[in-house]
Amino acid sequence: MPLDHATQTPASDTPAADTLTDEARRQIEICNACRYCEGYCSVFPAITRQRAFADGDITQLANLCHNCRGCYYACQYTEPHEFAINLPKALAEARAESWERFAWPGFLAGPFHRSGVAIAVALIVGLAALFWAAQALKPDGGEGFYAILSHTMMITIFTPAFLLPLLAIFVGLRAYWKEVGGEPVSLAHLKAAFVDAAKLKNLSGGAAEGCNFEKGDRFTNVRRWHHQAVMYGFLLCFASTGSATLMHYLFDMPAPYGLFSLPKLLGIPGGLLLTLGGLGMAVLKTRGEKDLGAPALWGGEMAFVLLLSFTGGSGLALYAATGTAAVPVLLPLHLGAVLTFFLLTPYSKMVHGFFRLAALVRDAQQKS
Amino acid sequence: MLGRTARRRRETLSEITNKVWDVVVVGGGNAALCAAIEAAEAGCRVIILEGAPKTYRGGNSRHTRNFRCMHQGPLSVLTDSYEEDEYFNDLLLVTKGNTDEDLARLAIRTSEDCLPWMEAHGVRFQPSLSGTLSLGRTNAFFLGGGKALVNAYYNTAADLGVEVVYEAQVKHVEIEGGRFQAVDVEIAGAAPCRVEGRAIVLASGGFQGDIDWLARAWGPAARNFLIRGTPYNRGVVLKDMLDQGADSVGDPTQCHAVAIDGRAPKFDGGIVTRLDCVPFSVVVNKDGERFYDEGEDVWPKRYAIWGRLVAAQPDQVAYSIIDAKSSTLFMPSVFPAVQSDTLEGLAEQMGLPAARVRETVDAFNAACREGDFHPTELDGLATEGVEPQKTNWARPITEPPFYGYSLRPGVTFTYLGLKVDETARVTMEGQKLENVWAAGEIMAGSILGEGYLAGFGMTIGTVFGRIAGQEAAKGATRGVNSNAA
Ligand SMILES: Cc1cc2nc3c(=O)[nH]c(=O)nc-3n(C[C@H](O)[C@H](O)[C@H](O)COP(=O)(O)OP(=O)(O)OC[C@H]3O[C@@H](n4cnc5c(N)ncnc54)[C@H](O)[C@@H]3O)c2cc1C
Ligand code: SF4
Ligand code: SF4
Repeated sequence: MPLDHATQTPASDTPAADTLTDEARRQIEICNACRYCEGYCSVFPAITRQRAFADGDITQLANLCHNCRGCYYACQYTEPHEFAINLPKALAEARAESWERFAWPGFLAGPFHRSGVAIAVALIVGLAALFWAAQALKPDGGEGFYAILSHTMMITIFTPAFLLPLLAIFVGLRAYWKEVGGEPVSLAHLKAAFVDAAKLKNLSGGAAEGCNFEKGDRFTNVRRWHHQAVMYGFLLCFASTGSATLMHYLFDMPAPYGLFSLPKLLGIPGGLLLTLGGLGMAVLKTRGEKDLGAPALWGGEMAFVLLLSFTGGSGLALYAATGTAAVPVLLPLHLGAVLTFFLLTPYSKMVHGFFRLAALVRDAQQKS
Repeated sequence: MLGRTARRRRETLSEITNKVWDVVVVGGGNAALCAAIEAAEAGCRVIILEGAPKTYRGGNSRHTRNFRCMHQGPLSVLTDSYEEDEYFNDLLLVTKGNTDEDLARLAIRTSEDCLPWMEAHGVRFQPSLSGTLSLGRTNAFFLGGGKALVNAYYNTAADLGVEVVYEAQVKHVEIEGGRFQAVDVEIAGAAPCRVEGRAIVLASGGFQGDIDWLARAWGPAARNFLIRGTPYNRGVVLKDMLDQGADSVGDPTQCHAVAIDGRAPKFDGGIVTRLDCVPFSVVVNKDGERFYDEGEDVWPKRYAIWGRLVAAQPDQVAYSIIDAKSSTLFMPSVFPAVQSDTLEGLAEQMGLPAARVRETVDAFNAACREGDFHPTELDGLATEGVEPQKTNWARPITEPPFYGYSLRPGVTFTYLGLKVDETARVTMEGQKLENVWAAGEIMAGSILGEGYLAGFGMTIGTVFGRIAGQEAAKGATRGVNSNAA
């Protein structure tokens, strides 16, 4: 690792730690002199590769941290010690700040990251929009769902609701990549990052069993498994929708689909995992120490997992209600949740997945 | 809120003072926890009296990172093998023979069993940390360091039903007719009380936290020493035992001290205050004079001697000066270096006589000669014609910016301790006490009479903590039987 002239980030560049980035840098430099936590996650090996930490380095480290909290409970320098180390919190706050900085357009990010109420309001607006669409633009014909909302209408609403957030995320990721000094991405880097993400390696605690979340300094895998459920549940649901779209357009097989169709085989387990995993995450969140994350974001994060659960749960309910009188209510309910979820993705906790993946890719580059 | 805490305190207090415990453990570090776990697993009702509050529990053990472990083949994270004789020779080298061979070999041999035992009781290991590769064969590193180890043991102890009381300072061990009866304890927020037991394990560390005692032993210079670990090891129990006639080992006037960053906090600065720059630097005292060969040996080996060297300088302070070309050759430390584009500027910032520093460095620079520089091995790049000579890594200090660190002696532990036999039993005037055992720093002086071998403190604590716990458990049940008989 080439080093600039300074042995450490010069003191003059870091007066009193007056920004979240400065505070994270202060703590990271102490960790770099200690290194006891090297085996917990990818953050510490990345720290030891450097001596001086520019703002972009802090952003990268912050997004690499999975908030497993192992390093907090293992630290001999937590308060009341004057070194006041609380790395999970410092990195969580720097990380959240970076998401707001990278959000495009930026003004949308603050409220949904911080405020559960904002997310709830967004959900209500989303639901209202769908109910209105179902009421006002009631199709003349159509079968099943399409008797409530025409296929054209669905496409008209969801194509932009899907593509615009993707564009916004792309803009954010590009800014991230520039700030952390990313290089051209190779297949090997991508593979390394996806393997780590798929296993949630950084929540494994290294040789320890899992993370320190709901039981203080005891290690458990409960949060990791719940997160896996949410992640794979979400991906299955996504694959279910994707397969349905393909079947509709390529094979001229419009919905509804039976139990043994691809969309259902992917969607039902996906919906169950997403709903139960999300509820589990919410319960765990009430048990974890608030001050080891970014306390200001707690409400937004909580509302976000609940929104995920609600999206999954309403989808399952909709399927269970097929053919009943509940469908006209459940369909807009579910689609409204999906719409809200899509639109909030770049501006809420959901965006962490994209930046975390980018951080893992960058980490793979720096390791090689 | 306060009322509830107070009530809870009273309840706990009556719970602990109303019964006779099988085993009372004094202290809450590695040795104490190993003893408590062993005794509890043997079926005993065990109480741990830890002087520190919960956030600072675990004494110096919370600052450690590894333990030295014998192994006849690859074992967990340890590579290759490290056999008894090699281990013992390493010990002989650092202690210059000032060790009890039987106890030392017992510790060494038992260490091999300890690693799996530690794993079974919640400790996790990691390969040696970056920057410490030289220890990868001999020392097993704790994942997360010593505090993670201490946490794991407290959880294991809790699962075994061990009672832990924090902020419980033991003031006196009551011994009558060679038999321990009870301890006098001061628990925060409560009146002094008495805790009775059938056996006791003393694991309350050394006395380096008591600066007055250090100053009496070492001389007034000790007031300027920094203490690398816990302020709670004040030797109260050690002194109480010695006053009652317990036999002692270890030089009462000595402590193990290394040179650490002079800006470190008075207590508990721990590992991050270490400074590894000395071999690449010129070290001057507060008068701007050099006083010792900075390049005598590779740093970990010379680490300890610099504590004493700095302790002997005026005001117990020294200054290590390097230039730009050496600035990245050593582990970063917790505080950024003082930095200046001129040597005089650096001297002024550090409060040193600038002109004198300039003369010293000029004389040193003039004595440097051409040659190959190898930062990681003894390269023989020595000065010629300057006193003291620098015998390795001598490169002129010429390239700005210049960097400076202040150095002060940092005390790791004291050598004075209780004499024990191979069952960790404490003796008084040559007689074995019936039911008193000791483990860890409080008895380490028998084995580590001088110097220090990295990772051996935790080995002693683990080996003798376990032995003390097993023996105390036997002693406690014996006590019950003889009472019943
Ligand atoms: C910075 C640092 C790093 C170190 N690194 C290593 C390392 O990597 N490997 C290694 O082997 N060794 C290391 N050592 C040495 C090691 O810390 C000790 O050898 C070891 O921790 C001793 O364990 P112990 O249980 O005897 O004492 P401690 O862990 O110090 O425990 C003593 C306990 O007794 C309690 N106590 C004291 N007085 C009383 C009282 N009157 N009543 C009740 N409780 C009391 C204290 O609060 C404390 O909990 C290091 C030391 C320091 C300072
Ligand atoms: S979190 Fe604490 S123990 Fe872990 S590396 Fe940082 S300073 Fe060391
Ligand atoms: S909280 Fe966990 S993932 Fe984050 S830096 Fe600490 S150990 Fe690593």
